[in-house]
Amino acid sequence: MTTVIEVQELHKRYGDKIAVDDVSFRVDEGEIFGILGSNGAGKTTTVECVEGLRRADRGTIRVLGLDPVRDRAELTQRLGVQLQGAHLPEKLRVGEALELYRSFYREPADPATLMAALGLDSIRNTRFGKLSGGQQQRLSIALALIGNPRVAVLDELTTGLDPRARRETWRLIEDVRARGVTILLVTHFMDEAERLCDRVAVIDSGRVVALDTPAALTKRAAAELGVERATLEDAFVALTGETTDVH
Amino acid sequence: MSTDALRRLTASEFTLFLRDKVGPIFGVLFPTALLSVFGNIDFFTDPANGIDGQPLLYTYTPILVGFVIAMLALNTLPPTLAGYREQGVLRRLRTTPVGPARVLGAQFAICLGTALVAVVLLLAVARFAFDVPLPRQPLAFALTALLAALALIGVAVLVAAVTPTGKAANAIGSVLFYVMMFFAGLWLPIQAMPAVLRHVSEATPLGAAVQALTDASAGHWPPAWQLLVLAGYVVVTALLGIRLFRWE
Repeated sequence: MTTVIEVQELHKRYGDKIAVDDVSFRVDEGEIFGILGSNGAGKTTTVECVEGLRRADRGTIRVLGLDPVRDRAELTQRLGVQLQGAHLPEKLRVGEALELYRSFYREPADPATLMAALGLDSIRNTRFGKLSGGQQQRLSIALALIGNPRVAVLDELTTGLDPRARRETWRLIEDVRARGVTILLVTHFMDEAERLCDRVAVIDSGRVVALDTPAALTKRAAAELGVERATLEDAFVALTGETTDVH
Repeated sequence: MSTDALRRLTASEFTLFLRDKVGPIFGVLFPTALLSVFGNIDFFTDPANGIDGQPLLYTYTPILVGFVIAMLALNTLPPTLAGYREQGVLRRLRTTPVGPARVLGAQFAICLGTALVAVVLLLAVARFAFDVPLPRQPLAFALTALLAALALIGVAVLVAAVTPTGKAANAIGSVLFYVMMFFAGLWLPIQAMPAVLRHVSEATPLGAAVQALTDASAGHWPPAWQLLVLAGYVVVTALLGIRLFRWE
């Protein structure tokens, strides 16, 4: 297996506050790798360093063999990014946004194919400001994929979506992976991680407290709790609860 | 970075600028409409009521040129740029090969290009519909207008840099617009201001600009200090803007 993302001993602080204390993980090609953590655990800072939006204080990061800060120009060509929250001008139409972003990349995907795959055809002339939360999310996934990236970082993908839209989005992500795209998924929804991720890193207070498959984590949690079957949420609560005392 | 991306980005920003309507209506059409209203009032066209034996309409033409520049810079750029930052548009662009700086470049180009069109329209209507002579020192006029546009764009970027939201930037931009237009003589021409007000006016970018444009219209080069005031605003706002503006 080729390693696509490698993070080693990442450390980042803002003033007195340590956001990321010591985070290391590797993501293999074709994986959906989850980063789980409560709000403020350091997961967004971690992926922002991976995306090159922030400079790490210490540690090394390689994405497709590139340094996110030094090789920024090349990385932006090859890494698809979906950020939390809205990020397009309100009056820009769906089709226009895709055409615009397509022009940014060397070897872009076909906007028509992406629009069809993400169900954006019927809203191609709708302005961004008039889209529902689910529609905005689907557009931002399309924009993350328009550059034909081999790796995509998806941050809080389904926050604010209704259950139906969440399930549809999950199916989309599985389709994307089926096309050979490696995915780094940031989430605090355990059911989402359990459903989608091959492996997850649980981050608490800026440290990786567990790194394994969801199945292994739930099995271990069940054993520790003395129950027959535990969910990933049980495992998460057990893992992150403990470390608060240790720190 | 392909030129196609740059062209598309600028075209896209221009489409949004048109959809927003503020710039085209208040920056391009409104000043010429105001000129046309003044031009149809005898008080403005009778030299007997004017300054230095010229009809008031002659005095107001450079003031309306200042209006065009101030409206386009102060009422469209701050809300757009601060709004883009607030909504994460600039942050999203940071993750693409294009980056956010080029959006600012596109915005400046649109502001300057639109101002050029609006000033040419204004001067043409003034000349052909109302017999206001074209600037007799065109080079000085063009240079002053360019410096004024750059100075006001600099002020606009500063406003966008220090305000957290698009709405706040819009409010501050509008207030600055009225203050600057006052010192540019929209309500009381600079020549008619009391000495104290006139001195304050000379120190404001639009006041200095209108005085220099008035000189150029009459056929002579403005005093160097007026152009230096404008150039000073350009340099200071550019340096501060670069220091203070944040993508996020």
